Amino acid sequence: MTETAIADHADEHHPSSFASKYIWSQDHKVIAIQYSLTAIFVGLVALVLSALMRLQLGFPDHFSFISPESYLQFVTMHGMIMVVYLLTALLLGGFGNYLIPLMIGARDMVFPLLNMLSFWTYLLSVLVLLASFFVPGGPTGAGWTLYPPQAILPGTPGHDWGILLMLISLGIFIVAFTMGGLNYVCTILQARTKGMTLMRMPLTIWGIFVATIMGLLAFPALLVSAIMMFMDKVVGTSFFMPAILSMGEVLDHTGGSPILFQHLFWFFGHPEVYIVALPAFGIVSDILATHARKNIFGYRMMVWAIVVIGLLSFVVWAHHMYVSGMNPYFGFFFATTTLIIAVPTALKVYNWILTLWRGNIQLTLPMLFAIGFIFTFIHGGLSGLFLGNVVIDLPLSDTYFVVGHFHMVMGLSPILVLYAAIYHWFPKVTGRMLHTGLGKVHFWATLIGAYSVFLPMHYLGMLGLPRRYFGMAGTEYIPESAHLLNANITVAAILVAVVQLVFIANVIVSLRRGEKAPANPWGATTLEWQTPDNPPTHGNWGPALPVVHRWAYDFSVPGAKDDFIPQNVPNSAVEVTDAKAFAEAGQ
Amino acid sequence: MAIALIILLLIIGTVIFHVVSPWYFTPLASNWSTIDSTVSLTFWITGFVFVAVNLFLVYVLVRYRSRPGLKADYEPENKKLEGWLTLVTTIGIAAMLAPGLYVWGQFVKPPDDAMVVEAVGQQWHWSYRFPGEDGVLGKVDNRAISETNPFGLDPTDPASRDDVLIFSNELVLPVDRPVKLLLRSKDVLHNFTVPQFRVKMDMVPGISSYLWFTPTRTGEFDVMCQELCGIGHYAMRGRVVVKEQSDFDAWLARQVTFAQTQHHTEGDVALGQAQYMVCAACHGIQGEGNEGLHAPRLAGQDLWYLQRQLKNYQQGIRGTAEGDVFGGQMIAMANLVSDEQNMQHLLAYIGSLPEPARVAAEGDLRRGKQLYRNCVHCHGEQAEGSFHMNAPRLAGLEPWYLSRQIEYFRDRVRGGHRDDFYGAQMSLLVQSLRSEEDIADLVAYINSLQPEQLARRD
Repeated sequence: MTETAIADHADEHHPSSFASKYIWSQDHKVIAIQYSLTAIFVGLVALVLSALMRLQLGFPDHFSFISPESYLQFVTMHGMIMVVYLLTALLLGGFGNYLIPLMIGARDMVFPLLNMLSFWTYLLSVLVLLASFFVPGGPTGAGWTLYPPQAILPGTPGHDWGILLMLISLGIFIVAFTMGGLNYVCTILQARTKGMTLMRMPLTIWGIFVATIMGLLAFPALLVSAIMMFMDKVVGTSFFMPAILSMGEVLDHTGGSPILFQHLFWFFGHPEVYIVALPAFGIVSDILATHARKNIFGYRMMVWAIVVIGLLSFVVWAHHMYVSGMNPYFGFFFATTTLIIAVPTALKVYNWILTLWRGNIQLTLPMLFAIGFIFTFIHGGLSGLFLGNVVIDLPLSDTYFVVGHFHMVMGLSPILVLYAAIYHWFPKVTGRMLHTGLGKVHFWATLIGAYSVFLPMHYLGMLGLPRRYFGMAGTEYIPESAHLLNANITVAAILVAVVQLVFIANVIVSLRRGEKAPANPWGATTLEWQTPDNPPTHGNWGPALPVVHRWAYDFSVPGAKDDFIPQNVPNSAVEVTDAKAFAEAGQ
Repeated sequence: MAIALIILLLIIGTVIFHVVSPWYFTPLASNWSTIDSTVSLTFWITGFVFVAVNLFLVYVLVRYRSRPGLKADYEPENKKLEGWLTLVTTIGIAAMLAPGLYVWGQFVKPPDDAMVVEAVGQQWHWSYRFPGEDGVLGKVDNRAISETNPFGLDPTDPASRDDVLIFSNELVLPVDRPVKLLLRSKDVLHNFTVPQFRVKMDMVPGISSYLWFTPTRTGEFDVMCQELCGIGHYAMRGRVVVKEQSDFDAWLARQVTFAQTQHHTEGDVALGQAQYMVCAACHGIQGEGNEGLHAPRLAGQDLWYLQRQLKNYQQGIRGTAEGDVFGGQMIAMANLVSDEQNMQHLLAYIGSLPEPARVAAEGDLRRGKQLYRNCVHCHGEQAEGSFHMNAPRLAGLEPWYLSRQIEYFRDRVRGGHRDDFYGAQMSLLVQSLRSEEDIADLVAYINSLQPEQLARRD
């Protein structure tokens, strides 16, 4: 049998200077860390913005630095940063970069220079975004959905500079994502090591792979809508602008469609939910299997579920627009597709729990976060069935029910996975363990705190509290108790925000003084734990690439001595205690 | 085993929270009980799944937690189990989707006999239009909007003339009669929501959207804008009053038609001067105002605004609140011009008065400018006021009067009356001024503004 030779030049161009090693680095691991640190930094900015927002909502009229204008700016920047610049960048630019070459047995991405450019372009987009805090009028306050005509007209904060910088920053981000994304897809397709068939890839890679393809197809819709809005604002075109008044004056625009923007935005925006969710699904699958010492349940179904979710997510976008004024008959189609997508998603949840079932559950920190994720994701997924069912969206759309739902499913859930991933891979990246005690404080406070932030929001939404309101006063149907509840939510939210400092402290202290990590502390099977050096060095694999002999989930194989068999171990090298059982297990 | 225990407690806590929560749908006031039933059904199904799946998770965590001697099973797939789970999930999903689509089918098709009413959104107010006797709404175009035609009606369309225009945030509807509400916007996206009716829809400039409902009980209901429409979004409130048919008919008969709004009564300055003599005692011969008598400056103010305030005094909307001593004094005075023609004469005369010199105000102009950013969208860059935004001119008003009115709005001495929608909006908006210092700085800044254009003379 002939194998395609994989070009393997282990000892070419080893970077020597500090700058080429850590700054202008083309090593995927360094780029991953650069991406991660930038994303986490900007995420902390967004976290502070959310705390400011909550201060106004919980204790209205107490804080002189929060005006209706700045409130909307906090809302907008918080949303956009969290969705795009934190979650997308950290999951794909951070974990994608770090894990893809290591998990598939490659020395690096196939285009290392492009990879480096991707990071620097991403950094530029972040800087442009943050610059909008310092321009006249401040950042845009149009809501993260940036709906025109409002986004580019007086009456909305940051309608001059703020919105333009936002659109420019998004454009740059998309360039960065495209460079990174093409690289990930090519690397996964072309650089898998010998034996790493597609159906042997860990689910983490499957999640990242499908999410990246989705991103490459979805982000262009955002790009064109950003360009069109930019032209409406700067050149005076009318893509999204019908004949309207602004501040009492008739504008020159005519004939444009605000709803067209919404279609374009959500054609990006809905897949974006899964661009974040699918890598998280993949990562959590691998963490659950590893720490339960059991193979992932229904691997093939998990792969197909990822693919099917990826495909379906391109035909559900208008469920964000049931009450947008589009032809209401579209509601039948989009409600149906939306609820169909719940089936593969539910199967993934079942399979995660069934992975734990009859397992040997190690309650490590990554495992705790992963279990926390299952809980919050079930909750967020189920509340999505309300909003996806078109007629139920009538009373609930644009209320705090929506806010509660998407924070549970797309805020808290992926963030729990990100934490699980950080606690899981930190020993690989740094060679040291994170502190368990601090990690537990972080976990419990985050899970319980954030749940008590987002659960009550659903009920405020049922009551009819509208989102994006600076103040709720002067409304008869909102009882005093709802204001009290809002104050409680704020207290919980600030607690959760503060507890994240424990995590940061843990990272900083552990980097210097953490317990030294063994090469494979969790007994994981995937390739990244089998590197000759720990942490892996430039080129990842030393003199020879690993060869893959099995799928990624050979945990507790009957007859084998150890409860895990790494992917690069051939059957002949497995220590067997019961050869018959081992053979019956298909080995 | 803390994780299993905590998840168990979270399940129990969630269920208890759901059961005892006083925060749930407001009492229904429309025909859409079917929406509430669909929600209940969905709660039962999802609630069952939430409890069942999570309890299983708890069981698994307890039963299969690591302990010496425990070894995990090796079972890559279980096709039968996966098949069953797919089937059961699909059935559950279908059980929620089918009734949802059925009810949606009712929503997209308003009944043929529904009464057609139009709601118009603008930053940050509502107005409404009834089709009048011919039952047809006249054509509209945003480009036709002017001060004499705020709805943008096409004057050449015969269907326009009898359209009944409601220049107010308040809409009155008859009980037990289906209403098809056509929605449009003059500027940006808005959304017409009455929580007790359950249905909502965006108002989109350039197109007309709709929703329908049948009010099933009389009463007053808040209208909320629920699509972000800029800085005043949270203050874009209105009201639907549902009345018995006869009360509704009487109310509708009192409203003006488009044709009626096209007749203007021109005021006569000389006749107005005679009217003004009573006012001059307090407001000054030149309408320059008198702080000692608590009489604000009138010269230079928008006439449409003066007219609205005079009517507010006449109708008891302003000056009746406890604490508004000086406003109370105005009621009797305003009643002297209860005749429409006399009021026009008076306004014409006030409009002819020259703008008086400014009074100095102390305050930090830089801070004031910053604070004014929340006012600028309605009252204008130079505080010149805007008829379309329902915002009076502020430039030229005396500082003592401005700060007193801001305090009145803050304390709801002004803006507390149920029919004072614009005042109520100001009450919400001035909440962003947190201190006396804020007010002083803002007033000083407004006082420093010198709009080029004069106040409106019409």
